Amino acid sequence: MTRPRLWMPLAGFALLFAIVAVALFRPADRTVRSQLVGQPLPAFTLPALVPGKPGLSREDMTGQGPRLLNIFGSWCLPCIAEAPQLMRLRAAGVPIDAIAIRDTGPAVAAFLARNGDPYRRIGDDQRSAVQLALGSSGVPETFLIDAQGRIVRQYVGDIRADQVDSVIADWRAAQ
Amino acid sequence: MIAEAGLAALWIAAALALLQIALAALGLRRLGVAAVGGSVRAVAIVQGVTALLAMAALILLFQQSDMSVKLVAENSHSAKPWLYKVTGAWGNHEGSMLLWVTILGLAGGAVALAERRLAEPTLVATLGAQAGIALGFYAFLLFASNPFARLAEPPADGAGLNPLLQDPGLAFHPPTLYAGYVGLSVAFSFAVGALVTRDVGRDFASAMRPWVLGAWIFLTLGITAGSYWAYYELGWGGWWFWDPVENASLMPWLAATALLHSVTVLATRDGLRAWTVMLAVVAFSMSMLGTFLVRSGILTSVHAFAVDPRRGAFILVLLALYIGGALALFGLRIGTVRQGRIFDPVSREGGLVANNLLLSVILGVVLIGTLYPIVAAGFGVQLSVGPPFFNKAAGPIALALIVLMAIGPLLRWRRDEAGLLPERLMVPVAVSGGAFALLVVFAMPIGVLPLLGLSLAAGLAVASVLPLVRRNLRRTPLFVWGMVVAHLGIGVSLAGMACDAAFTSERLVALLPGEATRVGPFRVTLDGIAPVVDENWSALQAQLTAERDGAVLRLRPQSRTFTDPPTTTSESAIATRLDGQLYTVLGKPDGQGRWQLRLWWKPFVTLIWLGGALVALGGALALAGRLVRRRREAMA
Repeated sequence: MTRPRLWMPLAGFALLFAIVAVALFRPADRTVRSQLVGQPLPAFTLPALVPGKPGLSREDMTGQGPRLLNIFGSWCLPCIAEAPQLMRLRAAGVPIDAIAIRDTGPAVAAFLARNGDPYRRIGDDQRSAVQLALGSSGVPETFLIDAQGRIVRQYVGDIRADQVDSVIADWRAAQ
Repeated sequence: MIAEAGLAALWIAAALALLQIALAALGLRRLGVAAVGGSVRAVAIVQGVTALLAMAALILLFQQSDMSVKLVAENSHSAKPWLYKVTGAWGNHEGSMLLWVTILGLAGGAVALAERRLAEPTLVATLGAQAGIALGFYAFLLFASNPFARLAEPPADGAGLNPLLQDPGLAFHPPTLYAGYVGLSVAFSFAVGALVTRDVGRDFASAMRPWVLGAWIFLTLGITAGSYWAYYELGWGGWWFWDPVENASLMPWLAATALLHSVTVLATRDGLRAWTVMLAVVAFSMSMLGTFLVRSGILTSVHAFAVDPRRGAFILVLLALYIGGALALFGLRIGTVRQGRIFDPVSREGGLVANNLLLSVILGVVLIGTLYPIVAAGFGVQLSVGPPFFNKAAGPIALALIVLMAIGPLLRWRRDEAGLLPERLMVPVAVSGGAFALLVVFAMPIGVLPLLGLSLAAGLAVASVLPLVRRNLRRTPLFVWGMVVAHLGIGVSLAGMACDAAFTSERLVALLPGEATRVGPFRVTLDGIAPVVDENWSALQAQLTAERDGAVLRLRPQSRTFTDPPTTTSESAIATRLDGQLYTVLGKPDGQGRWQLRLWWKPFVTLIWLGGALVALGGALALAGRLVRRRREAMA
C-alpha cells in the first residue's frame, strides 16, 4: 500500500466528522411538509373501491377546474370529525375527490352512509403508495389542486369548522 | 450521603484512569514495561471496581426513591414497580452513560486480570488506550451529565419513567447493547495497543478474538431483543423500521461481524493484518457514532431521548479524539507492520475476504442512508430515508452474502479447487431451486426479495449443516458447531423476514361490540370493551375472540393510560401459534360505539427472533470453544 492511501480512512472520517458537526450546530426544521406543493400531481391510477363510485387517476383531476383531494380512511377517527366540514365544502360547490387508504369497500360504504358522502370519486390505495407519492404522512390530509393539476396547498390533519371559509377562499383564488 | 459517595467514586475512578494512562506511557517510553506492568494491571482492576461502586450507588438511590437527587426525581416515582426502579437507573441519559462507563471499566479490569498471552508491551499499551476511552467518558459524566446532582428543594414525588420503557425488555436491552459496544472498545484498545508496539500478529488476534466474539454475541442479542420490543410495544406490527437508532445498533454489528471473520483469518493463517486492525477501529467508531447519533438528537427518531447539543458536542469531541487519533496512528504505523501471509482467492480465506467486502458495502449503505438526511438538510432539502432505500440497496447485497455464506464454510483453508465446488453444493442448490419452484407455483404473487429470500434461506439452512457431514460429531470442536448454528440461525431469521414480507395479512377496522372481521385464516370478534386498573395505570381492554378451524383464541389488547407522567400507550395482544402470530391493537372509540382495531396475521414471523437467538447461541458456542482451547493450550 502506498503512503497517501494509508491516510484515506482518516480523510473519510474527517468528512464524516464535518457533516455531523455542522448538523449538530445547525439543527434542521422538523415539520413534515409535502415537497410537492407548487408542483404538478404525480401520475397515478387507482381502482374504484365502492360500487357506483369511479376510481381516481391524475387525468380525472386535470382540466376541470380547481378541486380538493381528500386522503382518508374509514378506520380513521379524525376523518369522522372532518366529515361535516367536507359536507359543507361540497354544499358550497367545491368538488372533492378522495383516496381511501388501506381500506375495504364495505367499510367505506358504511362510513359514507354514516357520515355523509361528499366525494365525486374515490381511489383505492391499498398500500399507501399514492399517499406517499403525494408526500402525505397521515390521514386525514387534504390537497388543493388547481385547474392545471398542480398542487397548490396542503392541509395537514382534519379541516376544522373554523377553517372551512378560508378553504373556500383558497379554492376561489385557484380558479 | 449515597449520592455523594457515588460522585466521589466517579472522581476516584477518573483519577485512576488518568494514573493508568500515565503509568502505561511512562512504562512504554522510559521505565520499561517490566517496571509498570503489574501496577497498570492493578490500577485497571481497581478502576473497574470503583466505577461499579458508583453504578451501585445510583441503583440504590433509585431503589430508595431518593427524590432529592435530580435524576431520580425526573425519572422515577415512588409508586413504580420494584423492577422498574432498578432498570430506571439506566432508562435515562445520565444513568445509561454511567452504565456504559461501568461496563467499560469492568472490561478493562477483566483484560488486566485474564490476558496472559499477549506480549507485555502490547498489553500495557492496550490498557493505556482503554483507560483513555474511560477517562473521556468519566469527564463527560462529571462535567456534562452528573447523575448524582442534588435538588435544593426535593419534590414530594418523582415525574415517573416513560411508560414505553416500563417493560421487562428495557431491563435487558440497553445493558446488552452496551456490553456489545464496550466489547468493541476492548477490540479497539487492542488494535491501538498493537499499532503502538507494531505488534500485529497471531497473538494479538487470538487475544482480541474472544472480546470481539463476546461483543458480537451481546450486539446480536441486543438487536434481536430490541427488535422484538419495538414489535410488541410500539404496536405498529413491524419488526424493523430502519430508524436511525436501530441503524445505530446495526452498524456496529455489521462491522463486528466482518471483524469476527477477519480476526479468524489473522489468528488462524496470519493474514489480513492491516484490514483487521482497520476493522477493529471501524467497529468501535460505529458504536461511538451510534452513541453520538442517539444522544445528540441530530436525527429524528422514534427513540425520543432527552437531548442537549452541549452533550452532543462533548461526545463529538471524544469521537474525534479517539477515532481521529486511532486512524492517524494507523496512517503512521501500519506501513511499518510486516505484511501477513498471502493466500489463494479460492480458499476459506478468500471466502472470508469476500464476506468482509460485502459486509462493508452493506455497512456503507446503512451509514450513507442514515446520514444522508443530515447532509441534505445542510443544503436546505428536507427528507427522510426509509425502507424503500434500505431494502432496495442493502437487500440484494445481503442475498449475495447469503449465497457466499452457504459456500464459504465448505472451502478449504489456503487453497481449494473451484471445480470441486459444484459437487459439494449440489444438495443446497437443489433445495433452493426446489423451494423457488414451489413458491412460484403455489405462492405467487410475492415480491422478488421475499421469493429469493425464502429460496436462499432454504438452501442456506441445508448448506450450513454440511460442514458437520462425515465428521465425528463428538470430536467436532465447539467453534465449528458455533459456526454451523450461527449460519443456520441467519437462514432461519431470513426465512422469518421473507415470510413476514410475503404472507402478512393486515386489517384496519372500526367494529361495534359483537361485530366480527376476518384477518388471514382467523375470524376475529370484538366481544366487548371493559376498563382495567393496575398500580400505576388504568386501561380500556378489548375482549377479542379469534377462531380458526374450530380452535378459539382470546386476546386482550389494551389502550393504557399512565398517570405519572400522563401518557397513553397501546398494549398489543399477540397470540403465538406454531405457524405465526396473530397481532391485535386496540385504537380509539369513534363516539358512535365503534372501536378502532388493527389486526395482523403474520405467518412464521417468530422465526426472525428465533434465528437471532440461534445466531447468538452460535456465537456463545464458538466463544466457549475458543476459551476451552486456550485453556488447554495454557495448561500444556
